[in-house]
Amino acid sequence: MSDPLIIPAPDGAPDRQQPPVSSASEPFWEATRTCSLVIQWCRSCERAIHFPREACPSCLGTDLEFRPAAGTGTVYACSEMPAPGNPGMKGRAPYVVVLVDLPEGVRMLSSVVRSDGAEGAAEVAVGDSVRVAWEPLADGRHLPVFVRG
Amino acid sequence: MVDRTMRGAAAIVGVADAVSPTGELEGSVRALEVQVIREALADAGLTIADVDGLFSCTGPGWAASLELAEYLGIAPRWTDSTQTGGSSFEIHVQHAAAAISLGLCDVAVVVYAATPRSSFKRGTGGFGSRQALPGPTPSAEWEQPYAMRMPMGAYALAASRHMHEFGTTAEQLAQIAVDTRTWATMNPRARLQDPITIEDVLASPMQASPLHKLDCCLVTDGAGAVVLTSAERARTLRKPPALVLGTGTCHTHAMISEMPDLTTTGAAVSGPLAFAEAGLTPADIDVAQIYDSFTITVLLLLEDLGFCPKGEGGAFVADGVLAPGGALPSNTSGGGLAYTHPGMFGIFLLVEAVRQLRGECGPRQVEGAEVALAHGSGGVLSAMSTIILGTEATA
Repeated sequence: MSDPLIIPAPDGAPDRQQPPVSSASEPFWEATRTCSLVIQWCRSCERAIHFPREACPSCLGTDLEFRPAAGTGTVYACSEMPAPGNPGMKGRAPYVVVLVDLPEGVRMLSSVVRSDGAEGAAEVAVGDSVRVAWEPLADGRHLPVFVRG
Repeated sequence: MVDRTMRGAAAIVGVADAVSPTGELEGSVRALEVQVIREALADAGLTIADVDGLFSCTGPGWAASLELAEYLGIAPRWTDSTQTGGSSFEIHVQHAAAAISLGLCDVAVVVYAATPRSSFKRGTGGFGSRQALPGPTPSAEWEQPYAMRMPMGAYALAASRHMHEFGTTAEQLAQIAVDTRTWATMNPRARLQDPITIEDVLASPMQASPLHKLDCCLVTDGAGAVVLTSAERARTLRKPPALVLGTGTCHTHAMISEMPDLTTTGAAVSGPLAFAEAGLTPADIDVAQIYDSFTITVLLLLEDLGFCPKGEGGAFVADGVLAPGGALPSNTSGGGLAYTHPGMFGIFLLVEAVRQLRGECGPRQVEGAEVALAHGSGGVLSAMSTIILGTEATA
């Protein structure tokens, strides 16, 4: 496996709104400390679940586990934000918000970001292939984002 | 005389509870809700797949029954977050019996869990805490860190998907704004009354690509009300009645990231339900009020309600079908795009539909309107409800 791609926030950018951790999602966020993307699975249905829950949304079973994800995806929908959606993103617009379909069979809201450090929004279209990258968070976790390719 | 039509029409067929002599239970509120739902369904010999009605009055966010349904992974066609304190659950059973007797849902689950004792000990709430479900909302955890502009970003995602799948264009979306504005030019109470062109829409600032400012609804003050009574009694009152001929509801998600298919809304369920109850088809609608939070909202709803096939909304609206003189006069008040939009527009859809059926709309009156459709959309294309109204002639 190749080294994880870490993409820091721009210099001087205020902190993003930090994602809280729910009881069901703790393994997901813990794994992000080592830049590992894990997805919850129902062992009864053999079905991936996102967002993580305390019961499977197919069978209501509780035999659940987290497994490593491939870290790849396909853009299902995308929109460029010309202005920030909250004060934590001041100075970062324009940026792109996407829905990404993962090969495990789940969909995530995320961002596609530039990997070259240049200014401006990433260029991305519905149907593009993407792979996961990581933005460090203040508490040692990482936020999963995506880059093209 | 007592109305007894509900008598014997519904029954409680499964029960479960969770209690402990210690007064405390292990697990989160959500885990407890799932537990008792699973046990009660098993008690009845049913599964979660049988459930199409959901009743819940507590949760962490703005819409108790939506968030619970999303958590359970179900898409109910009957939903009730009615909150009346301790009597809520008796009322839920009453509503469920009424709905079932009318065939509006088949299997209803009424559920409640709370952990005030252990939450108080953990310092995460307690008796009197407003937060019935300790912990973060899914949106705070899975969407808000990405700072999508809301609500337009969610609708922009849907528009991007529709364009990708069906070749829908920004010009076609703009046509909806243009036609709605044409109606507003005939409404002296509309916020925006100057006509606009497709070029005006495309030249207005981008809010969340591909949606421009003129693809988005207003932000205004506003208020509205409607009063309903029995059809029998309505005939003794001052104005001609707008009879409720058909109704339908469906919600599919709370967060946009949980919407199963961004090109198909719950209106694909609510619309056919309403039409079937009314014994009508889209071709029978004389005037439509279709929630226009954004132009893409109208496009999706026209398809889902059956006015045109899925994917053909762009071509359908391109020739001015929604405008004055068009085959489907729509949002005749000027809509949320030009008339008013104080955060929630649904009441105004009903008010305009009734005024059209009464012939009270002056220069924007649709001649001979006998059947009107009002379709509301809540959340981010989340909760859909279709109402079909008719004059006395349609009874």
